[in-house]
Amino acid sequence: MMTGEVPAAGDAPQPLLVVAGIGAGYGAIEALHGVSLEVYGGEIVALIGANGAGKSSLLMTVCANPPAKRGEIFFAGQAITRLPTHQIARLGIAHVPEGRRVFARMTVAENLAMGRVALSADGSRAAQQEDAAVLQHVYQLFPRLRERALQRAGTLSGGEQQMLAIGRALMARPRLLLLDEPSLGLAPQIMGRIFAALRTIAQAGTTIFLVEQNANQALQLADRAYVLVNGRITLSGSGQALLVSPEIRKAYLGGH
Amino acid sequence: MDIYIFGQQWVNGLVLGSTYGLIAVGYTMVYGIIGMINFAHGEIYMISAYLTAIFLALLGTFGLQSVPVVLVLVLLGTVLLTALYGWSVERIAYRPLRNSNRLAPLISAIGISLILQNYIRISQGARNQGVPPVIDGVWRIPANAVDQHFVQITHLQSLIVVTAFASMAVLTWIIHHTALGRACRATQQDRVMANLLGVDTDRIISVVFVMGAAMAAVAGMLVTLNYGSFDFYIGFLMGIKAFTAAVLGGIGSLPGAMLGGVVLGLAESFFAGFVNSDYKDVFAFSLLILFLIFRPSGFLGVPEVEKV
Ligand SMILES: Nc1ncnc2c1ncn2[C@@H]1O[C@H](COP(=O)(O)OP(=O)(O)OP(=O)(O)O)[C@@H](O)[C@H]1O
Ligand SMILES: [Mg+2]
Repeated sequence: MMTGEVPAAGDAPQPLLVVAGIGAGYGAIEALHGVSLEVYGGEIVALIGANGAGKSSLLMTVCANPPAKRGEIFFAGQAITRLPTHQIARLGIAHVPEGRRVFARMTVAENLAMGRVALSADGSRAAQQEDAAVLQHVYQLFPRLRERALQRAGTLSGGEQQMLAIGRALMARPRLLLLDEPSLGLAPQIMGRIFAALRTIAQAGTTIFLVEQNANQALQLADRAYVLVNGRITLSGSGQALLVSPEIRKAYLGGH
Repeated sequence: MDIYIFGQQWVNGLVLGSTYGLIAVGYTMVYGIIGMINFAHGEIYMISAYLTAIFLALLGTFGLQSVPVVLVLVLLGTVLLTALYGWSVERIAYRPLRNSNRLAPLISAIGISLILQNYIRISQGARNQGVPPVIDGVWRIPANAVDQHFVQITHLQSLIVVTAFASMAVLTWIIHHTALGRACRATQQDRVMANLLGVDTDRIISVVFVMGAAMAAVAGMLVTLNYGSFDFYIGFLMGIKAFTAAVLGGIGSLPGAMLGGVVLGLAESFFAGFVNSDYKDVFAFSLLILFLIFRPSGFLGVPEVEKV
């Protein structure tokens, strides 16, 4: 794909997110070497890769933290490569980062309220009703958060913190939800609940771009997936196809 | 120990301490949000003393008589302009160095503080300046009926304590109960995450400098009215004292700043009253050093945990 151009649309639908040949890194360290991928509206797309492959770097670069050194990123047809991070959030990209990063010394309710910052709050009655509806939706998805609403987020368990980080992102009513290893360090049962919630979120119309080391779970959930190795995309295909691909089974699924 | 001296030190300490606390807020909030000691903060306080005098004189030439109206106008003017100075210092001296190593903004802070001192010295003169008394009146509380000793509280002193605590209450309310305050706390706890959620963290940092400067301006006006005189160098000592208060209370903690201020004010007053008044500053700095060595997190501070 040509750097700096949105792929020609033709009759096909426009992708919601286009990452076109981006290079990014920290100082002299290059973490991404010309990564290109697309996420279409309504899809669940997974990115799998080993430790240090650059998965988190890719998600953070979409949010311009750090900004891409080369290449372009488009969201809903608009170049966002050089926008500041907070403006990208306000366009409708919500990030559930590696390590959850809940505000430990705030209550669960306050953490959720922080998710609303990205909305251009006009204070109108309709907007307030919408906010309340989203909050109810989040509480329905994760009833545990309602029970813990007035508790400090730092006192939550790891699984509950993950629920809170996802709930906080949903409060912004995002078009695109970025998730960085939501299953990390969780018991299988909790992990199952998180993935079930992601399915529900996708069904409600939110596009999901998910980074995972847990390739098995991720590929079962995803419509499509990419494989990242040392800052380069090496494979892509439907979730099902990658799940049965011998290469993937060998490298990421511990299979034979 | 004479009971009236004891009572009087309580009054003096509380008055002194509440102004320390107001200035300490600026150190503590800035440290909380960008992890740096804003050594130019004392100069911001010093500038507010000059602004107080200028606004008082200005209103005097307009022939305004009503003391409450004059005080409110002077307060508004001083707070607004001082806040503008605080905002500018951040924009000019700190923001360009946001992503450099920790030493650079510190050096910049010392530089901007020298610049502000000399700017005032040249523009306003090196002489001691003064303001006329605006409020007089005093309450005398008899402490000993026999020899007629009493504890003395001037009306201005009570105004200082009330204003200081009221300003703290307003600030605390903003931080804990408004969306802006929530964004400040979020930025303090995890700046990257706040940014990812759509918070313009640069703007929040500006807001924190403005809030800190505004509180220092309240203190500057109150102290100026109380002592009547000041010069371009007052920011230095007051700055170190308020910094000490912030460390005592636990740097980064808002209630800690006020608590540290009051504790330092009382400790200093009692030391001056009962031990030696020449060495009260030495005593205050010894407290600073002892706390830095043995209890760097102060009374209410959070031990260094996060800062990812
Ligand atoms: N803040 C940083 N400063 C310097 N180097 C970094 C930083 N963050 C990541 N890197 C480097 O960039 C490369 C990619 O890291 P990244 O965190 O994106 O990988 P990852 O695929 O998310 O790994 P993991 O599965 O362990 O989370 C690594 O070599 C890492 O050391
Ligand atoms: Mg990672």
